[in-house]
Amino acid sequence: MDKGTETAPQKNQKNANTKVVKKLLLTVFAMFGFGFALVPLYDIFCDITGLNGKTNDVAAVYAADGIDTSRTIKVQFITRTAKGIPWEFEPVINEISVHPGEMKFVNFYVKNNSQRDIIGQAVPSVSPGIAAGYFQKIECFCFEQQPLKGGEDVEMGLQFYVDLDLPPEITTLTLSYTLYDITGKVDS
Amino acid sequence: MSRGNQSWLIGAWLFFTSLFSSSAWAETQLNLTKGATAVSREVYDLHMLALYICTAIGVVVFGIMFWSMVFHRKSKGAKAADFHESTKVEILWTAIPIVILIAMAIPATSTLIDMENNDDSDLTIQITGSQWKWHYKYFDQNIEFYSVLSTPREQYENQNGSFEGNGAEKGENYLLEVDRHLVIPVNKKVRFLITSDDVIHAWWIPAFAVKQDANPGFINEAWTIVDEPGIYRGQCAELCGKDHGFMPIVVEVKSAADYDTWLNEQHALIAQAANAEKASLSASMSKEELMQLGETTYMAYCAACHQPTGLGLPPMFPALKGSAMATTGKIADHIDMVLNGKNAMPGFGKQLSLKEIAAVVTYERNAWGNDTGDLVQSSDVNAASGSK
Amino acid sequence: MTTETVNESLDESHDDEHHDHKMTGIKRWLYTTNHKDIGTLYLWFSFIMFLTGGALAMVIRMELFQPGLQIVEPDFFNQLTTVHGLIMVFGAIMPAFTGFANWLIPMMIGAPDMALPRMNNWSFWILPFAFAILIGSFFMESGAPNFGWTFYAPLSTTYSNGSTAFFVFAVHIMGISSIMGAINIVVTIMNLRAPGMTYMKMPLFVWTFFITAYLLIAVMPVLAGVVTMVLTDTYFGTSFFDAAGGGDPVMFQHIFWFFGHPEVYIMILPAFGIVSTIIPAFSRKQLFGYTSMVYATASIAFLSFIVWAHHMFTTGMPLAGELFFMYATMLIAVPTGVKVFNWVATMWRGSMTFEVPMLFSIAFVILFTIGGFSGLMLALTPVDFQYHDTYFVVAHFHYVLVTGSLFSIYAGAYYWLPKWTGHMYNDSLAKWHFWCSLISVNLLFFPMHFLGLAGMPRRIPDYALQFADFNKWVSIGGFAFGLSQLIFLAVVIKCIKGGDKAPAKPWDGAEGLEWTVASPAPYHTFSTPPKID
Repeated sequence: MDKGTETAPQKNQKNANTKVVKKLLLTVFAMFGFGFALVPLYDIFCDITGLNGKTNDVAAVYAADGIDTSRTIKVQFITRTAKGIPWEFEPVINEISVHPGEMKFVNFYVKNNSQRDIIGQAVPSVSPGIAAGYFQKIECFCFEQQPLKGGEDVEMGLQFYVDLDLPPEITTLTLSYTLYDITGKVDS
Repeated sequence: MSRGNQSWLIGAWLFFTSLFSSSAWAETQLNLTKGATAVSREVYDLHMLALYICTAIGVVVFGIMFWSMVFHRKSKGAKAADFHESTKVEILWTAIPIVILIAMAIPATSTLIDMENNDDSDLTIQITGSQWKWHYKYFDQNIEFYSVLSTPREQYENQNGSFEGNGAEKGENYLLEVDRHLVIPVNKKVRFLITSDDVIHAWWIPAFAVKQDANPGFINEAWTIVDEPGIYRGQCAELCGKDHGFMPIVVEVKSAADYDTWLNEQHALIAQAANAEKASLSASMSKEELMQLGETTYMAYCAACHQPTGLGLPPMFPALKGSAMATTGKIADHIDMVLNGKNAMPGFGKQLSLKEIAAVVTYERNAWGNDTGDLVQSSDVNAASGSK
Repeated sequence: MTTETVNESLDESHDDEHHDHKMTGIKRWLYTTNHKDIGTLYLWFSFIMFLTGGALAMVIRMELFQPGLQIVEPDFFNQLTTVHGLIMVFGAIMPAFTGFANWLIPMMIGAPDMALPRMNNWSFWILPFAFAILIGSFFMESGAPNFGWTFYAPLSTTYSNGSTAFFVFAVHIMGISSIMGAINIVVTIMNLRAPGMTYMKMPLFVWTFFITAYLLIAVMPVLAGVVTMVLTDTYFGTSFFDAAGGGDPVMFQHIFWFFGHPEVYIMILPAFGIVSTIIPAFSRKQLFGYTSMVYATASIAFLSFIVWAHHMFTTGMPLAGELFFMYATMLIAVPTGVKVFNWVATMWRGSMTFEVPMLFSIAFVILFTIGGFSGLMLALTPVDFQYHDTYFVVAHFHYVLVTGSLFSIYAGAYYWLPKWTGHMYNDSLAKWHFWCSLISVNLLFFPMHFLGLAGMPRRIPDYALQFADFNKWVSIGGFAFGLSQLIFLAVVIKCIKGGDKAPAKPWDGAEGLEWTVASPAPYHTFSTPPKID
């Protein structure tokens, strides 16, 4: 169909097509955006369901209404260094018992075994995932990057409490930290 | 029949008979394992239930279809009826499947709830996947070790395009054997905390019906109570790169007494290793000794990526042969790389002894025509590692 | 839904020839905006891609013929499985269906062409470039993508072999092509139906493509989004999927499968449409439950958006999530069952003949249903822990994609070949193709169930000795199936070159407007719309 020789019905047809195409293109862009919107949505979803045991990444404020001494929760600490970071990283104590609402302070030992200066970042994860939302960190080394000079060592602190309304079936809670080398990311 | 034809036939016959030669059919497993735990048996029952239901539906539906194909064919003079809808029938065959599905969903739900109950464990083990080995750490026991495939390379490396008579004779547990088993006690609830150092792996033992992904940066839980002492084998179940097929899992389940003996042995071994490390500091090894130990260590830990020839698999895994790192570069940098790793290169500081690291660095600096003549001793490695 | 013959259309070709500026040689194909030419291009392209992907599969099966590493390195093996998957999904199955859509939808709804012919040309011609990039990456220093067609992060990001950029660029182009194709289909169906052709009078074939096109428009952009995130994570320092920077590798899987599950229905719904056209034709009886088929298709499409996490039961989901996705997935069995029952009811008390299109359709119903059964078993979360990432899954999706989608494509090809070429295909050769394919495909994929149940993980280049026997059989089935497909090539070439002259309507039970025009279909059809009762 050559241009310029369009009949009226052909023109109508074209307008109708353009209208549908516009709507569909809008859907395409909206869905492309939705793909990215899934990133924050996923975080919200995780907060609600405790998927993957993500914990708060900014400091919480102590807000428990007293201490529930009738319950005792076992809190275990495990650590892991990711590939490519030559640090030693251990909890000073492996396990403590806490009552919900009770504030606790624990230390983690970390040492840069290499000669280079490295910036580390600890990433927390709680298991069972459902408990993550009830594990409140008031102060944590994982909120910040940890620069360590070659050979330097330090003890890093974690202050936390467990919410009073932790689901009753949970008796053991494991907090894991994985340490990553983010020197490259910080530099660039 | 010509000669050529005859030899072709003989070849074909040999080919077909060879199909049955590798192992007897009796060993070939057709169905899911019942396993060795209460959960794995529940899972097996559920699998069989689903299989029977599907088979029954299949028999009915395909039966009707074949009946129709046999009796309602034009060549038999069948005239087409002209019905083409019936709300009643449609409702019926929507409702019946729903009922069947509910019948399957109920046992599935109860099994799933059992599987997800991680409470009150007797023992916790931290499992870490890493390209391409597993690391086990006993919580509160100070026991930790890597577990690596122990099938010798010459059993599986025979890439020369031919199917006949290549490679060494394959062992009974070909590709399902490791240097150090994970040992757990029988009849105890063992909790696994699973994570990864690099990419996603999955820890799977079919006999326990446990399969959990190892996600880098996050932990996953699973548990098991095994009824029978024995050796159970599994494999990594998530594509994790080049040697995904070469990181098996072996779990040895021991009676309570045997397990305690094993724990004591491990503690003794750890003390022994620490003494050996100290002793190695003052010892000086000859070039032959270093090269020999270096070659064994290299083949076990380095050759998967850097290849036995030292040529690597660029660009992912660089060559060592003629590389700056292993020839003109500073020895200290070379030791640092092996000890601490960088990017995709894992650090071996926690996996190998000072002696082994010294030997492997020596080997890399002298093998494949790298001939630097450099000798590295345990004390050099110790100096580089700071505290070890 | 009667579609009476419109006699005019047969003469139309004569009028059209005057303004039929068909170019010759390569230019005709490069510049064409004709839906039939573009349909032909899509179909040939998809067949070439099918043979290419098949060739990769042959190497995979050669390596797996016996234990030990015989011909390829493990890393190259991963490249083979990855590119095999990508080619078969995006290069073979999807373009084949787009080819069918282009050829047939305008003829079935009485339209002169697709609504947006120039875009149609574009959407095809960017495809070869996408696959040139993908396949070309085999010859790059990095090698081809080696992280599986599902490209799970961080294997495809931090730990990739450097092929990620090629992969992402290729997928972007494929996505744009699919989206353009889908927009064209939707606009054509909405605006160009002949007067009197209401939605509920459209052939079911058109309905399934209509719904599929909407699925494509909804999920291909999500795929584009997720590959973009992989690209920026790999090269631009973002941390969508990197725990070190606050990201989460499991989130990758959620976004990917949000695309991925509708994607598998994109590959099966058109197959339902084709089979729903052919079974009534050779049963000489109307399709049973047309309305319920439309609703079943729509509900399968809807459900496909809320079941994605059943691919991820082992990633460590909370119990509530596992239960929800298990129930939702099981629910899909209901509309799928309705479809199978409707096909059987269509055959029931029909007057059946068994021409090759019908043979492929019957094989489709049975073998797709077997794939559906294993799908139902996989939906049960506790047992999925055992099946997940084993050959049981490989068997499952090859049953639904090879004996499902591919068989429907063959059924459709044989059914419409007379309309496309103007000649009947060689029946005995076609029957050879069918029976060889049927036997070998089951030898190829059925033992994979046993391998999976016995514990063989997928995507491994070498395996323990207890898997040796079945792998041999599977490989032999694979080689036989691969060779059988060359028969199809011979049938098609023979059919194009000559053969018995096909009448306008070669199948006496066939219905639809496409049979009212001459065979081969004239270059332009329905320049004036037909009348529909």
